Amino acid sequence: MIADVLRATGEHVVIVVIAVGIAIILGIPLGIWCARRARAGRFALRIVDTIQTIPSLALFGFLIPVPLIGGIGMRTAIVALILYSLLPIVRNTLTGIRGVDPIVLDAGVAMGLTDRQLLREVELPLAMPTIVAGIRIATVIAIGVATIAAAIGGGGLGTLIFRGVSMVDTRMILAGALPAAALALIADVVLSFVERRIA
Amino acid sequence: MPSSVQFRSVSVEPILHDINLRIAAGEAVAFVGRSGAGKTTTLRLVNGLARPTSGEVAIDDVPLGSADLIQLRRRTGYIIQGSGLFPHRTVYENVATVPRLLGWPDPQTRAAAEELLAKLDLPLSRFGDRYPRSLSGGEQQRVGIARAMIAKPAVLLCDEPFGALDPIVRRDLQDAFRALRSGVTILFVTHDLAEALRITERIVLFDGGRVVADSPAAEFTSQPLPLVQKFVAAASLPA
Ligand SMILES: Nc1ncnc2c1ncn2[C@@H]1O[C@H](COP(=O)(O)OP(=O)(O)O)[C@@H](O)[C@H]1O
Ligand SMILES: [Mg+2]
Repeated sequence: MIADVLRATGEHVVIVVIAVGIAIILGIPLGIWCARRARAGRFALRIVDTIQTIPSLALFGFLIPVPLIGGIGMRTAIVALILYSLLPIVRNTLTGIRGVDPIVLDAGVAMGLTDRQLLREVELPLAMPTIVAGIRIATVIAIGVATIAAAIGGGGLGTLIFRGVSMVDTRMILAGALPAAALALIADVVLSFVERRIA
Repeated sequence: MPSSVQFRSVSVEPILHDINLRIAAGEAVAFVGRSGAGKTTTLRLVNGLARPTSGEVAIDDVPLGSADLIQLRRRTGYIIQGSGLFPHRTVYENVATVPRLLGWPDPQTRAAAEELLAKLDLPLSRFGDRYPRSLSGGEQQRVGIARAMIAKPAVLLCDEPFGALDPIVRRDLQDAFRALRSGVTILFVTHDLAEALRITERIVLFDGGRVVADSPAAEFTSQPLPLVQKFVAAASLPA
């Protein structure tokens, strides 16, 4: 039992870390792009926003028949988690960049910083606390949604919960639910700490 | 080396109309006028933060349209109200920004920062590692001056840099600024006539996006033009 819980927890962490990691790699550039191009940015944000409103089990359902990324298993689960994690990261990157004091930006441009230097040296560092907040929200959401991923064979702590439900075994359910809740709490606390440190 | 600045029939519709000015290398000129008259826009034409809709701005007779704007900006200081300091960088890092962009060796940057900050009464040893938010408004503005002047710009653009400060601090900064003003062409926007008279030798009055008066500072107040007299009366200079 203990071994099962540990393995499931490990799987859960791996799924979430991979998904949030990829969402960061995709989401920050997308957020920067949205901040640069107002119209196209609004459109992109609307799409990401729409994905977020799809109920998670339905999203898994939609993905299963998609070739290459779909099917039953962990890969589909990770793709769905990436899609869910994207919104808070994209939106917070955008908000963080938009929130930089225009006088500070003006001063940067006036000193001869190139667009790229302005982004790297001024906009991103000043937006970073907001971006980290987005990553925190994305991580907490991903930990939650990942429990549902077990329904499509995604692995992780949801496996124990679903097995417990079908066997009417409360101990089994809790063996999945408690570590999942603990993971979400730990992620929230740790990333909140990072957020405050860099603010 | 200071540069000359030319405005040749410059318009920025609908804000500025047919501005013609020649500012000689090393001259210090004040742009005065009521709020909304077009002073800030005129100033921002010089470093390309605003673009003309017609006419051209030239520096040392080179039109901005054919200049490398990034390089030009690194040789053009810009001091603004509220200072615009990078809040995530220390005082020293702020002041070292343009030297870094220009690729100065560290010892040169440090020596220049040390000298300039000392003149501004902000010794590097005490202030260098502090962050802007821990400074008073007047101190922040001094750092802004140092940051704009460290790389010996050819042109210095000032947009009401002391506008938000209390009168005593303001007076101190005007004096500190005066002591530094040699060797650079200065365009200084202010709505404070006393400040214009103290800092510059030529005053240009803007109204409704046009230049309506342009004279040596000493003769400015004695011009009979109604717009000038109205501005002078409103300024209520100390006797
Ligand atoms: N980006 C802008 N777009 C449209 N109008 C502007 C913009 N910036 C300034 N203005 C307008 O242009 C006029 C001149 O502004 P400005 O150059 O800032 O004047 P001043 O510095 O003399 O107060 C004002 O009426 C202002 O509202
Ligand atoms: Mg102005």
